[in-house]
Amino acid sequence: MALLRVFEERAAEQYMLGKIRGFLHLYIGQEAVAVGAIHALGRDDYVTTHYRDHGHALARGLSVNAVMAELFGKATGCSKGMGGSMHLFDASLNFAGGYAIVAGHLPLSTGMGFAFNYLNDNRLVATFFGDGALNEGEAHEVLNMSALWNLPVVFICENNLYGMGIPLSQSMSNTQLHKMAESYGIASAQVDGMDVLAVREAAETAVQHVRSGNGPYFLEARTYRFRGHSMADPVLYRSKDEEAEYRKLDPIAQYGEWLLSSKMATQKKLDAISAEVEKQVEESIAFAEESPFPSPEDLYRNVYAQLP
Amino acid sequence: MGEDIGAYGGAYAVTRGFLDEFGPERIMDTPISESVIVGAGVGSALAGLRPIVELMTINFSLVAIDQIVNHAAKLRYMSDGQFSVPLVIRTVTGGGGQLAATHSQSFENWYASVPGLKVAVPATPYDALGLFRAAMKDDNPILFAEHSLLYGMRGEVPDEWYEIPFGQADIKRKGNDVTIVAYSRMTHVALQAAAMLEEKGRQAEVIDLRTLRPWDKETVLESVRKTNRVVVVEETWKTGGFSGEIASTIQEEAFDDLDGPVARVGGLDVPAPYNGTLEAAAIPNSERIIKALSDNYGI
Repeated sequence: MALLRVFEERAAEQYMLGKIRGFLHLYIGQEAVAVGAIHALGRDDYVTTHYRDHGHALARGLSVNAVMAELFGKATGCSKGMGGSMHLFDASLNFAGGYAIVAGHLPLSTGMGFAFNYLNDNRLVATFFGDGALNEGEAHEVLNMSALWNLPVVFICENNLYGMGIPLSQSMSNTQLHKMAESYGIASAQVDGMDVLAVREAAETAVQHVRSGNGPYFLEARTYRFRGHSMADPVLYRSKDEEAEYRKLDPIAQYGEWLLSSKMATQKKLDAISAEVEKQVEESIAFAEESPFPSPEDLYRNVYAQLP
Repeated sequence: MGEDIGAYGGAYAVTRGFLDEFGPERIMDTPISESVIVGAGVGSALAGLRPIVELMTINFSLVAIDQIVNHAAKLRYMSDGQFSVPLVIRTVTGGGGQLAATHSQSFENWYASVPGLKVAVPATPYDALGLFRAAMKDDNPILFAEHSLLYGMRGEVPDEWYEIPFGQADIKRKGNDVTIVAYSRMTHVALQAAAMLEEKGRQAEVIDLRTLRPWDKETVLESVRKTNRVVVVEETWKTGGFSGEIASTIQEEAFDDLDGPVARVGGLDVPAPYNGTLEAAAIPNSERIIKALSDNYGI
């Protein structure tokens, strides 16, 4: 989680310096969800997520260098600079993207689940999406079909209470999102998304359910993003007081306190971790800086797969 | 995967018998959820399968256009080749059956604008089979548009295996006086026009494009250099039609070979009316092709 936090903070700085362009959606505050949930998955399981995907990518094990370089648009990026912040991919880790269209990856995840059933190989797909994704019609098509066809999909809804700037109560007729999933006949639960241990436990329950052939599972993780929707967001739609209240629930601080109080770690150890991740991220920035851009010849590569 | 492809046998009877032959694991009836039909096709392709999905008509592809254009077409590019989408999207296109405005459209030209997609528009049984075999082997997402009024057409197909590569047009009729470029059902309208021209002593060369992305520019240009006169015929609305792309390319690359402006005959810029006479008037016919040639080339 510390790695995710430091990465996002440094990425924000690099964005302000103009090294990262386009859109940048920071995962700050939501770290417990990606880290806790991905911990419950197997290596062969697929992960798909939305555009706020740096956290999931790092939690899945993508190289910090490769992710930072991708944000910088360099040829050493995980998608050689062709995807950018919202489209991180790593086939070797079964990290199947990073998607910019809200709810756009949900049908894809349905297809992955279908393939795993078809191949009978006991894999599953964990698909992360926000509360806003449930506004989209195709999200409901997906819930319907996943339940109907008993697909091995773990749906992880990161409910951070806002779309871009629209509060949940103004966009969803039923704000208990996991209840909405239940209406499709999908086993579901809600979990405190700021508590990484709770998330992991809930995700393990979900994975167990799905891998036993019981069909999909919908986990609603209640969380909060401490920054705006993206770097361009002036955050006019919520109060500083509200943000301050949620900052008290910082998942990293919570977990740190728990580690200390349960004697699982010492302050020295926590400081060492902080120092280590700072170093990793600094190195990734240097790596990204020094890496070359893709060349003009790369423009047409991979538009099409070549015929065998 | 598609709507009513299994138990119903397919809205146009294309998949009749498939369920018995291939079983319910391979022939899956879906709810009316085009976005997921295409999206699940893409996703299962990403996970290693080689799916074929059906959109009952191209009119309904609009509900899935995000999955086609933003996902199927772009995932290979955005992942730098780490993920591929070997997906065939079969669909039914075209009008003329008095199904009214929302059930009579042809959007192949829109999809033909999208890098990352391939688009097939066969006009005969032979071409349909050959192109479909090529489509199944292709690792790219392919929109395979079958014209609704051509399902009743019969034609010979050889017993021996053959396939037709994308980007290879077919000269359906050779001639020296004028080139008619067409695709899908308009190929047959073009052949009717060619028969009428023959009675007037003119030999038309009819080129059936067979695929729109990629399209066979060389065959078209070679023909134009020979005949010096060309009309491009297309069923969809003339405004923004693919005929504009073809006409533009011809005048860019064979300007000095033209005896007059490239003629274009397309659907009239109206939503398809239900009434039969009006509907027919909005779709290109051989008379309009003859008139276009007369207007532009005086023949």
